[in-house]
Amino acid sequence: MTLFYQFVFYLFGLIAVASALLFVTRKSPVAAALWLVNVMVSLAALYVMMGAHFVGAVQVLIYAGAIMVVFLFVVMLLNLGHADAISDIRSLGWRLGAGGLGLVLLAFLLSVSRAPWPRDAVLDPRPANAVAPVAGALFRDYLLAFEVSSLLLLAAIVGAVVLAKRSSRT
Amino acid sequence: MISEALFFSAVLFTIGVVGVLTRRNAIILFMSVELMLNAVNLSLVALSMLHGVGGQVFVVLVMTVSAAEASVGLAIFIAVFRHFRSVDVKDMNLLKG
Repeated sequence: MTLFYQFVFYLFGLIAVASALLFVTRKSPVAAALWLVNVMVSLAALYVMMGAHFVGAVQVLIYAGAIMVVFLFVVMLLNLGHADAISDIRSLGWRLGAGGLGLVLLAFLLSVSRAPWPRDAVLDPRPANAVAPVAGALFRDYLLAFEVSSLLLLAAIVGAVVLAKRSSRT
Repeated sequence: MISEALFFSAVLFTIGVVGVLTRRNAIILFMSVELMLNAVNLSLVALSMLHGVGGQVFVVLVMTVSAAEASVGLAIFIAVFRHFRSVDVKDMNLLKG
């Protein structure tokens, strides 16, 4: 492992922990949900750095993209994010700090895109090989669990519709 | 790298437990459960570097279960909100003696 690789791993881990702390301490459910999205995206980065490319992509798609959107839908459907709790615009110092952090991240991104990647920093150089091992295990060794999970999803769909449906008597 | 990932996983799980124990808004409480599931996923991926790809398959299955749990749980919260007009877990005390 190169030093750069180690540094980025620690960076995303610390971002995840800091975002989780902020998530637990927020009052507004919408702000908490957005910090949780931050945790999930940095966890996806950690997954990719550990060579689990498929899990990282699925983490962004399902957790950050689908589950958190469902949470936000429910918050807005029940009108729980009140305007006084949502107004999250901080003082000038906060905005300057956020802008400075954005500039640092932009410089980081530029330096990463300019620099030639060291060969040994990339765990799996063939991206075509990222899905095949997971798929092989999922559809051979764990086929029964896969099929049962599809049944579970069907039951969850039916259950969610039945529970959330307004009863016709009221 | 595995030990660091396990450390981060433990810290995230602890934060999730603290969230479940201290928050009263039911939706944030539910999101803390999701955070705990994510922490366990991180340790599964880290250990799959040692023990083969089965850990990543487990992560996919955990994600499926967590999606099902989120949909059913939020539907329950919608039903609870219609009944109590709030999602504060302090108001749900029908079983309290």
